[in-house]
Amino acid sequence: MNRYLSILATFARACLVRDMTFRANFLLECITSIGWMSMNLAFYLLIFTFTPEIGKNTGWSREPFFAFVATGLIINSIVQALFMPSAEELTEMVRTGGLDAVLVQPLDAQFLLSMHRVDFSACANGLVGVGLLGWAVSRMDHVPSPLAWLLYPLLIICGVAILYSLVIMLAAATILLGRNQSLYDFWFYLTNFSRYPAEIYSGPWGGPIRTLCTFVIPILLVVNVPARVIAMPLSGESWGLIAAALIAATSALLISRLVFQAALAKYRSASS
Amino acid sequence: MSHSTSEAMTSSTTIGRPFAGLRTWFTMLAICLEERLVYRGDFIIGTLMRFLPIVTQVFLWTAVFNATSRADIAGYSRNDIVAYYLLTMVTRAFSSMPGLSGGIARSVRDGSVKKYLVQPVDYVGYLLAARIAHKVVYYLVAFLPFAGVFYVCRSYFPPIPDVGTIALYVLSLVLSFLLGFFMEATLGMLGFWFLEVSSIIFAYMLVQYLLSGHMFPIDMLVGIPTGIPGVSAADLVRWLPFEYTAYFPAAVWLGKVHGATLVRDLAIEAAWVVVMAVACRIAWWRGTRRYSAFGG
Repeated sequence: MNRYLSILATFARACLVRDMTFRANFLLECITSIGWMSMNLAFYLLIFTFTPEIGKNTGWSREPFFAFVATGLIINSIVQALFMPSAEELTEMVRTGGLDAVLVQPLDAQFLLSMHRVDFSACANGLVGVGLLGWAVSRMDHVPSPLAWLLYPLLIICGVAILYSLVIMLAAATILLGRNQSLYDFWFYLTNFSRYPAEIYSGPWGGPIRTLCTFVIPILLVVNVPARVIAMPLSGESWGLIAAALIAATSALLISRLVFQAALAKYRSASS
Repeated sequence: MSHSTSEAMTSSTTIGRPFAGLRTWFTMLAICLEERLVYRGDFIIGTLMRFLPIVTQVFLWTAVFNATSRADIAGYSRNDIVAYYLLTMVTRAFSSMPGLSGGIARSVRDGSVKKYLVQPVDYVGYLLAARIAHKVVYYLVAFLPFAGVFYVCRSYFPPIPDVGTIALYVLSLVLSFLLGFFMEATLGMLGFWFLEVSSIIFAYMLVQYLLSGHMFPIDMLVGIPTGIPGVSAADLVRWLPFEYTAYFPAAVWLGKVHGATLVRDLAIEAAWVVVMAVACRIAWWRGTRRYSAFGG
């Protein structure tokens, strides 16, 4: 374990050196990702000029909703920083045969393939997320309990684990298909469902979507559970959701590991 | 090559010249169509997937309407908003130009633009022709998924407008295509002045996404103050060309703009097309004057 941690630290250091070599580019990447995010925040602010809350009696009024958005920013920035750059490179590695060089290394292939690149500019959104969370929590009517603050980082890790498992399964699909250029598209469309509180999915169409995205692809648990813990009082329902998030994260990690191993076993080198 | 063969070729080229351009066009169109149809399944699924973000928007706005007692927001009922988002997808299918600015800037950077400087082909004209072929092929193939989604969502739409409005709607779409083309082509021409324009393109996409009405109908900005007395955020946006690349045609179909206002706005849209076409031409002239290519 220590060996892996020190290798991860070496990867991170190398990426940081690389990012700092092209400082202007790094700064520009930070600014652009903050730009997209600010645009979304402006959209949400606009929505709250028309309504006191999102969904009738759901409790997602302005400040709790911004705590929700902040949680999403933090989770997504961790995934974007740690896993996405490597996953994107995998597509090219499978096609060109570069994956062979990884498989002969005396290291776990999944570790190497999913964590060898770290994108520090993605942390910019996470930092803004932390600031936004502080602002939202300080203005909320509900004061989160110390227990909620203890559970919050744990549930953030669960959210990251679920998203990481999805990335790994999409990467496994890349290995099986030989090429998967739309990996990022899939990712975008899939995570799009986690951007809003689960309560908005109701009615004859929303109900099945909510069930599907909670129990089959647990994308709705990623942001909803930690955000709910911090923005709303802990109730019986919250405990059920916390348990669901823990189970979903553990099983997603296990299943993705199995799928990835199965995909690697089917891999036939593309190089000569 | 024998003398007679070369003569025969020359004469056939001369005879065929009036139609040569048209033939080239049809060849380009046929190639584009074949390219698209190779991966038709992937293409149709890809087009359908682009509607997925709208699904979350529909649920979000439904939740917003549920929480308020208002029947409409900025003149849009919930059904109007769903119809609006679907219609902006149609406008974007006309006005979005994937890869255009980046392609122009790249051709300047890697020097491939120089072949248009020595050949009797107008670069902007060539790009426009290629883009029209690209779009026509896109509509032919994307018609099916679009028709399917619109049929499923037909209950959200108001009654079909009269023929005159439909004609003006089509005109607004054609103008939005031209406006999108000339705006992005001008942006790409900045490559003559800056080596790397990807950050400028990104900033443009950002502004375009927010101010074109792609995210929400521009009418929602009417009550938002700007700090300038008597000028709302919507007024500011309407002084810019972006709304014609997403909002305006959708608003025409939904009957949000009609009568004299509709005619006036169409004239403004046409004027923007002219302004951007001239800007694109000036950028090309000025750019090629300062351009220097090295190597073979």
